[in-house]
Amino acid sequence: MAPLNMLLKPPTVRISTLLLLLGIAAFIIASFASLPLAWSQIFSVEALHSSSEFLHGFVPPDVSPAFLRQIAIATQETLAMSALGTFIAALFGILLALPASGRYGHVLRTMTRTVLNGLRSVPELIWASLLLIAAGLGPFAGTLALAVHTTGVLGRLFADTIENGQRLPEVTLRINGSTSITTFLYATVPQILPQLMSYTLYRWESNIRAAAILGIVGAGGLGQMLKYHLSLFQMQQAASVIVAMLLLVAMVDALSFVWRRAMTKG
Amino acid sequence: MFMLANDKRHPDPAWRGRITGLFIGLLVLWYFLVASEFKPWTLFDARSLHSVARFLSDFVPPAHSPEFLIMLLQATWQTVAMATAGLTLAMLGAIPLTLIVTQCLSISSLGTGRMSRFSALLRQAVRCLLVLLRSVPELVWALLLVRIVGLGVTAGVLAIALTYCGMLGKVYAEILESSNTHTAATLLKNGNSRLAAFFYGALPESTAELLSYTMYRWECAIRGSVVMGFVGAGGLGQRMDESIKMMAGNEVATMLIIFMLLVGLSDGISKLLRRQWA
Repeated sequence: MAPLNMLLKPPTVRISTLLLLLGIAAFIIASFASLPLAWSQIFSVEALHSSSEFLHGFVPPDVSPAFLRQIAIATQETLAMSALGTFIAALFGILLALPASGRYGHVLRTMTRTVLNGLRSVPELIWASLLLIAAGLGPFAGTLALAVHTTGVLGRLFADTIENGQRLPEVTLRINGSTSITTFLYATVPQILPQLMSYTLYRWESNIRAAAILGIVGAGGLGQMLKYHLSLFQMQQAASVIVAMLLLVAMVDALSFVWRRAMTKG
Repeated sequence: MFMLANDKRHPDPAWRGRITGLFIGLLVLWYFLVASEFKPWTLFDARSLHSVARFLSDFVPPAHSPEFLIMLLQATWQTVAMATAGLTLAMLGAIPLTLIVTQCLSISSLGTGRMSRFSALLRQAVRCLLVLLRSVPELVWALLLVRIVGLGVTAGVLAIALTYCGMLGKVYAEILESSNTHTAATLLKNGNSRLAAFFYGALPESTAELLSYTMYRWECAIRGSVVMGFVGAGGLGQRMDESIKMMAGNEVATMLIIFMLLVGLSDGISKLLRRQWA
């Protein structure tokens, strides 16, 4: 038998860890204590009754052909919003990525990156409700909101890609007398294009998900339909819209899974 | 002679494909433009320009009266508290579900490698529950819950709790299964209970990863709870929605600044803690 002192000592508990745990516990307790949470409304018999009534309103979902056609149109709108928003964002993203990658000096790099960070840090939904003032209700505001937020995301990713690319091909072309535009097209673009495409597709995927709910503030697509039917208490229609949203997201997930597997295999 | 024949060809051998691709691309683009009612000129008609100019000219100076700032501070705290409380409830739900789902804690699959039919069914059922919880977006949960429990923070907390329960449960199980499961399996084989195998085998292997993922989700929950305010779930988002609807540009400006500060701060805290644990 091994002598006792061969056994591992129990790990020492540092005071800083204890303090951190205490701090987190206090933070959580303060959160619960300060919120006016209406637990009685959730866990009373009445609430149980009303919520089961609410849920019963959902079945059966409305599957009449006329309504399904409306859902198909809204789904189309959602897809179009996300695709167009991503496309515009990719165009502006590459335009802003050039100064943001430090090609035109340090000052411009910092300035463009600040702008990109600002665009990125405001979520699509807040952009949409701000842009409603300029663009009015409807999918156009949603498209713009997606475009603005995604420009921030893609611009930064594109700029990082350009910065990480190799400079040698560009320098070689420049030394041999080609113009800056041909250098960009024949040395830089071929290097960064696959990465750019994959970032853009990834953002399109997440934008489809975002576009499905953007309409809740009035910016078109499935979300607007959901909000509309819920506010009229047309639960069966709302249920169909929610199912359509889930199917759309599941489809996108499945496609991106297949696509990713094909990419990693090939 | 040979050279001449070659010269008659198009200089770009792939030109047919390129032209067809461009044509199809333009067609798809046109279809999307129609479907999303893309009308940029509406941005520049007189009425829209007028209201935007009024709204934006209000931005400077941002609203800074003491009462307004105190109100905002309360709303901001409410947002943070909503995210924290929601995430805590989500963890309370996700941890037991993770213990059920995780395959490396299965006793019936020891030795044979095959799970008993009952536990396989149970695992599959819980997994379906987790998928359902997380595939409904949090905003939709909030929208539905506002109908049940009324406007206010309760709907927001529950919406975060439900969505994040699904996310945490799934990712916790994935983390536990992708780490080294040897210790847990040994403990189980020697007759320990599931809980003992979890606490002494599986958990120590992946504590850092679990904690850092939870912190990351907290950061997401803060952003999510601001957004949920837009459907009436209280906090900073609801105030922002009200100010935008009243076209009070100066208030919106202050709120956007506070929002960016909040996101930056939660980002920083979560990065700091994650680095300490990792």
